[in-house]
Amino acid sequence: MSGNEAIARGAYEAGVKVAAGYPGTPSTEILEALVTYKPAVYCEWAPNEKVAFEVAAGAALTGARAMTTMKHVGLNVAADPLMTLAYIGTVGGMVACVADDPGMHSSQNEQDTRQFARFAKVPVFEPSDSQEAKDFFKLAIAVSEQFTTPVILRSTTRVSHSRGLVDLCDPDPASPAAHFVKNPPRFVPIPAWGRKMRVQLEERLAKLQLAAEQSPANRIEWRDRSLGIIAPGIASQYVREVFPEASLLKLGWAYPFPDALFREFAAGVKRVLVVEELDDILEQHLKAMGIACVGREFVPGIGELGPTVLQSSRARLEGREPRVISLPLDISTLPARPPVLCPGCPHRGVFAALTKHDVVVTGDIGCYSLGVAPPLNRIDTILCMGGGVSLAHGMQKAGERKKVVGMVGDSTFFHSGITGLLDIAYNRSLCTIIVVDNRTTAMTGHQDHPGTGRTLMGEKAPEVSIEEIGRACGIRRIFTLNPNDLDNTHKIIKECLDAPEPSLVVSRAPCLLDIKEPAGEIREIDQEHCRECKLCLKLGCPAMEFTGQEIHINETLCAGCSMCEQVCKFDAIHTPAHHE
Amino acid sequence: MNKPETTSVVLAGVGGQGILLASEIVARAAMSAGFDVKTNEVHGMAQRGGSVLAQIRFGARVNSPLVALGTAQALASLERIEGLRHAEYLAPDGLAVVSSQMVIPVTVSSGSAQYPEDAEAKLRQVFRRLIYLDADRIASELGNLKASNVVLMGALSTGLELPVETWQAAIRRSVKERFVDLNLRAFATGRAQGGARA
Repeated sequence: MSGNEAIARGAYEAGVKVAAGYPGTPSTEILEALVTYKPAVYCEWAPNEKVAFEVAAGAALTGARAMTTMKHVGLNVAADPLMTLAYIGTVGGMVACVADDPGMHSSQNEQDTRQFARFAKVPVFEPSDSQEAKDFFKLAIAVSEQFTTPVILRSTTRVSHSRGLVDLCDPDPASPAAHFVKNPPRFVPIPAWGRKMRVQLEERLAKLQLAAEQSPANRIEWRDRSLGIIAPGIASQYVREVFPEASLLKLGWAYPFPDALFREFAAGVKRVLVVEELDDILEQHLKAMGIACVGREFVPGIGELGPTVLQSSRARLEGREPRVISLPLDISTLPARPPVLCPGCPHRGVFAALTKHDVVVTGDIGCYSLGVAPPLNRIDTILCMGGGVSLAHGMQKAGERKKVVGMVGDSTFFHSGITGLLDIAYNRSLCTIIVVDNRTTAMTGHQDHPGTGRTLMGEKAPEVSIEEIGRACGIRRIFTLNPNDLDNTHKIIKECLDAPEPSLVVSRAPCLLDIKEPAGEIREIDQEHCRECKLCLKLGCPAMEFTGQEIHINETLCAGCSMCEQVCKFDAIHTPAHHE
Repeated sequence: MNKPETTSVVLAGVGGQGILLASEIVARAAMSAGFDVKTNEVHGMAQRGGSVLAQIRFGARVNSPLVALGTAQALASLERIEGLRHAEYLAPDGLAVVSSQMVIPVTVSSGSAQYPEDAEAKLRQVFRRLIYLDADRIASELGNLKASNVVLMGALSTGLELPVETWQAAIRRSVKERFVDLNLRAFATGRAQGGARA
């Protein structure tokens, strides 16, 4: 079971009734796995993480058990409800499963969710493998109910996407039913009541600290006493591997800090090393407690940890030179292989059109972020979900001399692009916003959203229209186009750029990976006509192969979108049938 | 050199080549041999045609799901140069199994990089124990190109101490029923190649 599947199993066994999330690597598969337990649990993709968090919170206030899932940056979006739900507390157990991405495998930053736990004053559990992912989820629900607090379960890429063996249990038959009991002083944080909650929050934190000190999730493994290592989550697994003889304080419930355990452990060993991934939260806390320890000096805080990184840490700790693997080949001479837009990707048509205009393109989070790479090279900024829309507006208001085009995906538009578009219409700027609508949340593996007409539970839903939303926001120039038609795409974008008012372009064609069908017949190159002008290679299509001799279309990769045929000026690209 | 208690395997390839199925087969073989198993693979952004790596570790008790550089007993690459990219993972006496298949990166087609012409020579230079095979051709001759990963797993199996029955059980569980026979033959052919050349 993957860590994400194990979290889902934990939610099922804990009797979670409502689960809401927004897709984001590495958290996405939690809900995809949990929905396989329907109808025992209701699961949904919410339009964004804030909504998802609030849905789960609403469920938990009725006494039912609930969870929400998101990636680390999703918690930024959901920070508002998190901070105040910590005051109000929950009735039924509520766990926010937040997956961090140390090393930024699929993310724009590598923030440490443990900071949020401390910020919001809520407990955080950190599983180190799939078995613990399941066990800690159930523990988190129990703690949530006992102390009436939301709880964060922090996973990381390597916990979520590693697989290990997991023992299964039956679901909890005593999971409470929804029954909201009116009690305004308990649920309404108007200042008079909120101030009382503020005091209770600190009192609760003190009680949680005692519980964390007693919890089976935190345990000391006494081995050799000359070195003792404190390590939360998956870092503890790397420590066991690289420091097999050292004593270990393995933290699974890392906040509130189990200070009594820290003191006991530090008193029992000669030297304390802290091994934590990302921020040095524990190390700074231990130092503030007056416990002598080392950490950041030897263990890097940038990027992810792993056995190789810790071997170097160990070498430096012991005054040795870290071992270097030397190969009889310089690997950096190999051609880079970054991720690219797939063959037949409809986003390519929009990028191809944009390469003809000297405009600034503010991009967003999704597959289309890959348009930043050469040869397309047609995204100039990326900030956050929805940022592609609002950044464009800000640039124009600043008086940017070039025209500005904002680019956002369909799922991202529903997530947080709408409010930016509303601002463009309300505060009038001349931006052109292109929604690249491929009818799915593609990058995270094709999840449904309000525009797809289908829910996570597999039911039909109204297909929300991006054009109608644009009209309702107050945008008057709205175009829908098929990006596989390059001339028309270019023409419409040009018209929009020249217009005296803001425009919304909906570029609509399905993600081929999602529909599992080619866009059309595969194409091939007639070498007699090909002049090797390389215009087709500027599309950056992985099916177009060129190693120095002839340009060639890889027939197993070609998805038949025909864009190469459309850009060819020498009529050298056709379907095979063309010759017959 | 003492054998480590945990065996590590890395699989390299290009997103979309079916590395996850190959990883699943190795993990299931180790499971049916009675070992604790942990695997890791990269999702999301890294899957869009980029370079991908899967890691499998098995033993009496596995801690880290990640493989330390220089410790893998075996490395398999579904693509010609991806094995080179991840060569640092392999232990000096480890076995490398590399498919001769080429997937040209966009960086090469767009002219900003070159695909090495002497990949095989480089492979022989880097890997002391190498099985270099045309898994695609072998699989096509057996009747289905898609079995080429399993051909590669057959060759890989000669570098790991897992009984052949555990691999066969893993293949039965991992592929659709109507493809089981084809894949068992693909595995046997790959294994024979490994036995002959390792």
